[in-house]
Amino acid sequence: MRVMFARLAALAAVFVLVLPAARAQLVVDITEGTIDPLPIAIIDFVGDDPRAAETGRDISRVITANLRNSGLFAPVSPDAFIENIENIDLRPRFADWRVINASALLVGKVTVDSDGRLVVAFRLWDTAAEQQMMGLQYVSVQENWRRLAHKVSDAVYERLTGESGYFDTRIVYVSENRTGTEVTRQLAIMDQDGANPSSLTDRSYMALLPNYSPNAQQISYVSFRGDSYAQTYVYDLRTGQQEALFDPNAPRLSDSGQSLSARFHPNGRDLVLAAERRGRHDIYRIDLRTRQLRQLTNTPSDDTEPSFSPDGSQVVFASNRGGQPQLYTMNADGSNPQRVSFGQGRYNSPVWSPRGDQIAFVKQQGSRFSLGVLAADGSGRERILYEGYFVDTPAWSPNGRVLLFTRGDFNREGTDYSIWAVDLTGRNLRRLPTQGAASDPAWSPLLD
Amino acid sequence: MNCGPRLVPAGPLMRDHRTMKFAPFAAAASLSLLLAACATPAPEPEPAPAGPAPSGTQAPADRGEQITPGSARDFEVNAGDRVFYGFDRYDVDNQARETLRRQAQWLQRYPETRIQVAGNADERGTREYNLALGSRRANSARDFLVSQGVDASRISVVSYGKERPSCTQSTEQCWAQNRNATTTVTSGAAS
Repeated sequence: MRVMFARLAALAAVFVLVLPAARAQLVVDITEGTIDPLPIAIIDFVGDDPRAAETGRDISRVITANLRNSGLFAPVSPDAFIENIENIDLRPRFADWRVINASALLVGKVTVDSDGRLVVAFRLWDTAAEQQMMGLQYVSVQENWRRLAHKVSDAVYERLTGESGYFDTRIVYVSENRTGTEVTRQLAIMDQDGANPSSLTDRSYMALLPNYSPNAQQISYVSFRGDSYAQTYVYDLRTGQQEALFDPNAPRLSDSGQSLSARFHPNGRDLVLAAERRGRHDIYRIDLRTRQLRQLTNTPSDDTEPSFSPDGSQVVFASNRGGQPQLYTMNADGSNPQRVSFGQGRYNSPVWSPRGDQIAFVKQQGSRFSLGVLAADGSGRERILYEGYFVDTPAWSPNGRVLLFTRGDFNREGTDYSIWAVDLTGRNLRRLPTQGAASDPAWSPLLD
Repeated sequence: MNCGPRLVPAGPLMRDHRTMKFAPFAAAASLSLLLAACATPAPEPEPAPAGPAPSGTQAPADRGEQITPGSARDFEVNAGDRVFYGFDRYDVDNQARETLRRQAQWLQRYPETRIQVAGNADERGTREYNLALGSRRANSARDFLVSQGVDASRISVVSYGKERPSCTQSTEQCWAQNRNATTTVTSGAAS
């Protein structure tokens, strides 16, 4: 098993704030339903030598793809550019950029400092107000050029939308391999844009349903080992070490059975999960350090798929206590359960949004599956973002703007599974680039 | 109307020596950067209408096959190792009871044997829900065997949810096959 995160290089990064924006008016309208992508010109970041210039072009390409994929920006084709910017410290000829309908202009420069580190400096201009909106530089080791591009993307996104970005993030997912009738599912990790994929677990055991810890350093997931039932594991991304949540030699659940997908409390210390005891599933909360367990539900039905609210005060879960599975919320101590889904069909896989006001879910109605969001306040208001042959495992972007999900497409010889992203508005549906079949996405918080 | 290049007025430089932790670049990054690849969604035909429930009994062994009494193969062929369930159901129907009664009789004839009952689900449900459903199925089959006099300590249960389908095609017949509890003799069988 190859572990990519065996060590973490800590290094100093220097942010140089060139100039605070005066009173720029340029804002991306992200009002639901009326999104006009903001036209932005992104020059190839300049460099003093051919190698730096090449890195600059690569960085611009990553930024351009990020902003385009967000659906909130429309990068202007470089073919239309009139002014050729070689010095980013000079004021651009704004008229040249206005005439090609670029409302914003991003310019940048790549240099290598005396320690051999990559320095990426950039300026964001409002071409109508003829004002600089932002000027920053990021420094890191040269191998991190993609992360620097994601940092610039996040800075631009935040400056223009008023919301934090989600580009300097990673995605853990399940990579599926088929050889004949044998299917293996292993955990893999990649950058948010599909770059730098690598495996976290090998093919000797099935790995499913990963979730990120709030500090992005741990993954909970479900695994089958040998002939045993499904068990919850916690995987440390720094060390590559992992352990079963319930010690099989000292089970805390008497007459224990399977334990399923665990999600972290915002404190990073507690997990909430469904576990089986005497043939039925209830929701439990477990302290990761002491392994102290508290049972939150106690019904003859199956309570599964719990997820904490972002403030940690509540839990949403699926239960068939009323017949077909529906969604319920309760206080984090298990008190005051309330049904929150009221539509036709079977509701599963609830995930509380990072903003707290919405709960993503999967709905099954007849032969159709859909991905939706419903109001967390119990009013029953819901919106469907995607409908298709199969949907599972929604995962929110750290800013609550985008949802990833497992999508299954009909194939008579076996369903084709892949990971897709969709905007909270239901727009901008797109497939994530993975090698082969993929499912069960977990989206990291913004990285430090 | 060329304004000409002008210098940006220099403000005071602010430095922030925040420490950034960067993960090392993945060594396997020779893979091409699959940015913005986008597949065209395939048309989605409606699934085939529900077909007849599959038989709960196994096909009889070929005339030529030598089956050792008390062997795992004997259990599979002559008792029947598999019972089936309706969509999102875990109650044992009459056909399933018949098979489970034969299993219980076999187990009483060979009291040294131990079994595992594995619950399975079709792929038309979420992964976690199906793990719970598979567990319900395994437990309902186990409970029925116990009601027929099989000692509970001889039976272990496991749910594979939809992770180990016996049939992978996207058809109702296939899904119906996968909604099952499968009993395997794990020890004490004749070889």
